[in-house]
Amino acid sequence: MNEVQLFSTCLAEEFFPEVNDAVATVLERLRVKVIPVRRAFCCGQVAFNEGLREEAVALARRFLKSVEPSKPIVVPSGSCTSMLKIFYSDLLVNEPALAEKAAAIRPWIFEFSQFLVNVLKVKYVGARYERAVAYHPSCHLMRELGVRNEPMTLLSAVSGIKLCELRDREECCGFGGMFSVKFAHISAAMLEDKMARIKESGAEVVVANDCGCLMQIGGGLSRAGAEIETRHLAEVLAAR
Amino acid sequence: MAASAKGDFFDSSRAAVQDHELQRKLESASTRHLDHFAIVKEEFPSYEDEKTAAHRIKTDAIAHLDELLIQLTDKLQDSGCKVFFAEDAAEARKYIVDLVKSKGAQHVVKGKSMTTEEIELNPALAAAGIDPVETDLGEYIVQLRGEGPSHIITPAIHLSKEDIGQLFTDKFGTEYTAEPEKLTAEARERLRAIFLAADFGITGVNFAIAETGTLVVVENEGNGRLSSSMPETFVAVMGIEKVIPRLEDLSHFLEILARTATGQKLTTYTSFITGPRREGELDGPAEMHVVILDNGRSAMLADPVLREALNCIRCGACLNVCPIYRRIGGHAYKSVYPGPIGSIVSPNLFGSAAGYLPFASTLCGACKDICPVKIDIPRILLHLRWKETEGEHPLKWPAALERARSGARRFAGIARHPRTARLLGKIAAQMLKPFAHNGYLRWMPPPFGNWTKYRNFPRPHPQKRRPAPAENQAP
Ligand code: SF4
Repeated sequence: MNEVQLFSTCLAEEFFPEVNDAVATVLERLRVKVIPVRRAFCCGQVAFNEGLREEAVALARRFLKSVEPSKPIVVPSGSCTSMLKIFYSDLLVNEPALAEKAAAIRPWIFEFSQFLVNVLKVKYVGARYERAVAYHPSCHLMRELGVRNEPMTLLSAVSGIKLCELRDREECCGFGGMFSVKFAHISAAMLEDKMARIKESGAEVVVANDCGCLMQIGGGLSRAGAEIETRHLAEVLAAR
Repeated sequence: MAASAKGDFFDSSRAAVQDHELQRKLESASTRHLDHFAIVKEEFPSYEDEKTAAHRIKTDAIAHLDELLIQLTDKLQDSGCKVFFAEDAAEARKYIVDLVKSKGAQHVVKGKSMTTEEIELNPALAAAGIDPVETDLGEYIVQLRGEGPSHIITPAIHLSKEDIGQLFTDKFGTEYTAEPEKLTAEARERLRAIFLAADFGITGVNFAIAETGTLVVVENEGNGRLSSSMPETFVAVMGIEKVIPRLEDLSHFLEILARTATGQKLTTYTSFITGPRREGELDGPAEMHVVILDNGRSAMLADPVLREALNCIRCGACLNVCPIYRRIGGHAYKSVYPGPIGSIVSPNLFGSAAGYLPFASTLCGACKDICPVKIDIPRILLHLRWKETEGEHPLKWPAALERARSGARRFAGIARHPRTARLLGKIAAQMLKPFAHNGYLRWMPPPFGNWTKYRNFPRPHPQKRRPAPAENQAP
């Protein structure tokens, strides 16, 4: 496995470019060559979740044209990975040609931590990070992809890290894409509780594998004037 | 109490998220159930197998619903029941109200039944001059308060024992107490007198066994058993989806239902009702009717994705784990069926006024994880979102939210052209740069205004990536 395609996702490209750099850095250190998928920008999840099927199909078509089958596609986001790996089959029910393509690449799509632990079979990536860290498991990562232990496996192996217990950690942070705008009041109530748990955990840094959660939690902490930082798992693993 | 005026859900949920007292009550009750559930699940290694069996049996039953209903009807009639198929709520209501009137019944008692809530039976009876009494303790309490249940299993979950103590003092003039035992005893005492006088009973049905014509009612207080056996006339009300093929199938459901619902191994009472009192028998009603309700269910059946929701055994677990239900409570949904499963069935049973509900979810999937019959709730919610968007009468959103939706649509349009999207991203980054503090913006224009009302927005800052071989491939 010496070459992968890296699909950045729109949120990472636009708001968290450091995530892509970190993912590439970690992979390259493991002697994996990283080829960015530059011809696609968004997997279509936002449109899909909003019931805008036509728009989502157009984005799926674009994505499927931009990647090669038979070469792993690494995605630094649990929800985008589940979109590509799971929900494309629902989205493309009436598009047999695209559905076939989606099915062909399905086994090649991996969320970042999933790829490191299950495909490359690594735990220790040579990272050193001397901070108190709480890990927030993203919903789609856990419940759609079944990636429950991999991120913790990787984090536990980081030298100097102090892992903090996050109470009710499996509870959603309240992001939910457009939900966060349309039902902002409910989203904010969920975020409020998540932040309270984060604060009581004693963490200096919250780690997640999904830029949606990072945006929500980071935005909340920033508004609350909290000193706690948000980081993608890859950033911690890239630290030395 | 079907969802009425549009926009209701926004207002009611906005008020509910402010109600921290409500959240505390919901949190403590649902956490208690979930903690018990975790224990009983642990003690029962074949739980996952039972789930699989229950899922398989239900899916199969739903696929053969027409045959099973014919079989059930035959068996019910053989055992002396009168069977009425109600196409909608109005038909069901009318049948029951007419029956109560023709019997000249004065004292109607009810066991717990969400289906009778769905058809708004109580107001219809009241309009006919009959005041039915809810005999399930939780239902009794909410009825005293003049409200509907806020949870499909624990109707009074939004109330504390103090609230209930106060209610009893206000209604009965009894001395205030918040001790659950005393309150229960008080209610029991009052209900006993009501049961003795009752001449007409109504309950719901948990499972209807086609093979034997047996109705199974599962409960904890014995009130369902009394409601079905003491009065001279008894009506059971069930949705068409309650039928299962064989008696031997039942055990799988009983193994999971109480565990997921309340964390019990088994409910206290499981009644098997096969027809009215026979010659020589001492117990049971002289006359038994079964109202089998469609009310939008066959339309759900016709949709291959939605059909799965008919597997629901109304255990309520998805409500207990739902982070949204736990923040806003059942009443805010403005629908008889709240929570995740409610967001699926409500738009189908009550029409487009509940059409926002499928969107009011982060799709976190906690419901799907706990559902004992493995309903993929997020997937069905997504399906409903398309239906609402693509249907003949697309949902009307409040203006600001409509703008947010067209924002998403525009974004999707731009994202098809990665180079343009990246360029626009850079322009936005430049424009917003002066307003950012520590990487975040405190204010954003619509459609993100709702976002920055509650939290900061990350500053867009697409960097030029490190030179990479595929960089030049951008179209
Ligand atoms: S959808 Fe599943 S979890 Fe929810 S009430 Fe129905 S059976 Fe229970």
